[in-house]
Amino acid sequence: MDINAKIPQGPIESKWTKYKADAKLVSPANRRKIDIIIVGTGLAGASAAASLGEMGYNVKVFCYQDSPRRAHSIAAQGGINAAKNYPNDGDNIFRLFFDTIKGGDYRSREANVYRLAEVSNHIIDQAVAQGVPFAREYGGFLDNRSFGGAQVSRTFYARGQTGQQLLLGAYSALSRQIAAGTVELLTRRDIVDIVLIDGKARGVIARNLITGEIERHAAHTVVLGTGGYGNVFYLSTNAKGSNVTPVWKAYKKGALFANPAFTQIHPTCIPVHGDYQSKLTLMSESLRNDGRIWVPKKEEDVQKLRNKEIRPRDIPEEDRDYYLERRYPAFGNLVPRDVASRAAKERCDAGFGVYTGLAVYLDFKDAIERLGRDNIEKKYGNLFQMYEKIVDENPYETPMMIYPAVHYTMGGLWVDYELMSNIPGLFVIGEANFSDHGANRLGASALMQGLADGYFVLPYTIANYLADEIKIPHFTTDAPEFAEAEKEVKDSISKLMNVNGKRSVDDIHKELGHIMWEHCGMGRTEEGLKEGIQKVKELKKEFWSNVKVPGTAETFNEELIKAGHLADFIELGEVMMQDALNREESCGGHYRMEHQTPEGEALRHDDKFTYVANWKFTGEDSPAELIKEELKFEAVELKTRNYK
Amino acid sequence: MKFTLKIWRQNDAKSKGKFVTYKIDNISSDSSFLEMLDQLNQRLINNDDSISVPGCPVHYDHDCREGICGMCGLYINGRPHGPDKGVTTCQLHMRKFKDGATIVIEPWRAKAFPLIRDLVVDRTALDTIIQAGGYISVKTGSAMEANSTPVPKHLAEKAMDAAACIGCGACVAACPNGSAMLFVGAKVAHMAYLPQGKPEAMRRVQSMVKVMDDCGFGNCSNAYACEYECPKEISVTHIAKMNRDFLQANLMSEKEIA
Ligand SMILES: Cc1cc2nc3c(=O)[nH]c(=O)nc-3n(C[C@H](O)[C@H](O)[C@H](O)COP(=O)(O)OP(=O)(O)OC[C@H]3O[C@@H](n4cnc5c(N)ncnc54)[C@H](O)[C@@H]3O)c2cc1C
Ligand code: FES
Repeated sequence: MDINAKIPQGPIESKWTKYKADAKLVSPANRRKIDIIIVGTGLAGASAAASLGEMGYNVKVFCYQDSPRRAHSIAAQGGINAAKNYPNDGDNIFRLFFDTIKGGDYRSREANVYRLAEVSNHIIDQAVAQGVPFAREYGGFLDNRSFGGAQVSRTFYARGQTGQQLLLGAYSALSRQIAAGTVELLTRRDIVDIVLIDGKARGVIARNLITGEIERHAAHTVVLGTGGYGNVFYLSTNAKGSNVTPVWKAYKKGALFANPAFTQIHPTCIPVHGDYQSKLTLMSESLRNDGRIWVPKKEEDVQKLRNKEIRPRDIPEEDRDYYLERRYPAFGNLVPRDVASRAAKERCDAGFGVYTGLAVYLDFKDAIERLGRDNIEKKYGNLFQMYEKIVDENPYETPMMIYPAVHYTMGGLWVDYELMSNIPGLFVIGEANFSDHGANRLGASALMQGLADGYFVLPYTIANYLADEIKIPHFTTDAPEFAEAEKEVKDSISKLMNVNGKRSVDDIHKELGHIMWEHCGMGRTEEGLKEGIQKVKELKKEFWSNVKVPGTAETFNEELIKAGHLADFIELGEVMMQDALNREESCGGHYRMEHQTPEGEALRHDDKFTYVANWKFTGEDSPAELIKEELKFEAVELKTRNYK
Repeated sequence: MKFTLKIWRQNDAKSKGKFVTYKIDNISSDSSFLEMLDQLNQRLINNDDSISVPGCPVHYDHDCREGICGMCGLYINGRPHGPDKGVTTCQLHMRKFKDGATIVIEPWRAKAFPLIRDLVVDRTALDTIIQAGGYISVKTGSAMEANSTPVPKHLAEKAMDAAACIGCGACVAACPNGSAMLFVGAKVAHMAYLPQGKPEAMRRVQSMVKVMDDCGFGNCSNAYACEYECPKEISVTHIAKMNRDFLQANLMSEKEIA
């Protein structure tokens, strides 16, 4: 199988300009004749739907929540990057591009990342014009803060609610188009299949979550903006409903799944406290601007802390190990996420973890002394409140306790430069694609990517595809392909309802999560992965013979929704581990214990693995096939990352 | 901890609902309110002996579970989002209740929010109000350089205070009249404080208020329960700002507004 990334010729700075100059257009009169389905109303989906609707296409947009404003982008806290260089600290487009490539440990496609950096500034302009209340300085100009993996301040933020405010901006633009009649909104729908006709994506099958009805929707093209698959681990910082189902159905129809093993474990989350726990809560990376991470130096202090005989503030300065500042003096507490997470795990594995043994401190004492409590409250008030509500401790007075947790998935459906998967007419945007973050995503760059894709990239690239589709009349859902897909969906639902076993969906999902965390988490080994694959295979059998879905399929039934999603997560788990096993190197968030430097840093093998690992579905019981996209680095030199 | 739960159960919009009482024990004080309900549901699914009344799991809306998406919303012991201040239902923890307490759990009740199942209601009307004008009409790609319009810091802060609304509908559920004035006021004020939102401010307030009335939300009688129960502690001063703008818009001619 051949895949072509369709990277435009020419120097990196002019590729996008050249692409836009050459791309085909669809005239305003013809746009009305074209139907577009967009699944997802997060930053990616909402910005795409608003922009394409405004251009005059007929857009149908779907989400599983009751309102588009609730997509999980809403939960992003810290900020969004752009190369504005307002602080005058030497930033520019090339530097943002370079930091993102380097942060991704040289496993992403140069041309896409450069384009991302190039359009980043327009995103800020657009958001401000929409009324996004970014933080400002006294002069009325926009303020910036620092994020991990960069030595400049390029992160724009709206308190600790940047994702919320950006999503509300995109949602307001979307609402305007809904009112104008260019976009039709369908909420509380679960997209359960993608329909192909003559090899092209032409529609979706949706389940109406209120009535249970199975619906067919047809269009000239389908766009997936359905977010990440972190919930394969059960516990993650994702929303409970986040799922891989639409992406997985596309995979099973032939779309390639790129780098599934590249998952991000975020260093600063509230630690796990009990087995009834339903999700993990992120404490934004922005906190590492002012918070200092440490554990005790002495084991006896660790014991006393765990037994609550002493408090963290009783430990004198000289007995604290600020291990990030010690190991990485140049970046200190602001090293990239993968590095910070592994360092926390290293300290905890060595026996210096506090609380349950799986936690480290994030301390604001110095910052409060330096800047005053008021200033800290202004910057992080809502995060501190969130922490206090969950942990019942006051972070102004005692350090926060944090531990790494699954947060983001760099892997996703493979797309070319135009954001189209290898299935013609199936576009993938936002976290759902693999495009821009390589093996590790830098903070504040997912919001940037989602909005870049939706506002500034897809509107051009989709037109280039649709220009050849204008003669095709509106599709109807009468085609036999729709009937067949609908039947498959119905059969699979009744299969689920009829297992009638003994274990709840959550119970099996938790087991999947344990397997994934143990075998495909922060430190992966050949042996562990092989064992993990066997366990997931067995769990798949267990699921299909012993799951219990109460109620009926014709009503609002959350257990049924979760069961459908879990079935796909289980299959994904196996492919993730297959990918992790194949990649015999460490890079970014993918850390193979066999491949490390003497100091314990990730060791890449560029001679063998400078490629995107794409997995192709070959059948229910046969292993996925590996299809490589070799990565070429022309604008930057392949180097070992160094944050010292 | 142990609790007696009186939960509103109703199969769909058409059927009759009733309270069903469940007894639940062995709940950690560190678990969140929704995690407590999760455990009830697990026991219901497993037909666990410790649950007095067998049956289908209880349906409730939730998603982010960190107080930002606005999806969750339960009326707990007569208060939207329960007894703790400044939190959503998903951020409420069982340590806020006494061991052995009886907890009454109901859906949002308001004319504009029809019931879907058990504790799940339809809040589409809130989106409908936003579609009536809760936006600034700027085309993708037509925005000017972000720093070309400085915004005084205090106004940016005020706009942000109002924009923090998560659209959960607690204000409507709290209001004796089922009014959405705090929700609408917050959006109108957020945009009206900013220079970018000024050109459309008059048209926006008129149109949103009209659609709010059409959707079946009640009037504001200054009870202020909305502010008290708002999980984001959004201030009623935004309603005052909206009222001022609304009056001013009504004094203007149609031409000036359009
Ligand atoms: C807690 C948290 C904090 C974060 N903070 C930051 C930050 O500060 N900066 C940053 O850059 N990034 C941050 N991120 C990452 C970033 O928020 C996400 O990567 C990004 O918002 C994803 O946007 P999206 O549009 O791709 O997907 P989402 O926002 O997840 O939207 C997915 C959409 O798809 C729909 N959907 C999904 N499945 C289905 C289905 N089966 N049927 C129908 N519809 C479906 C959903 O309804 C939703 O509308 C954070 C992430 C988390 C979890
Ligand atoms: S579940 Fe998102 S606010 Fe409660």
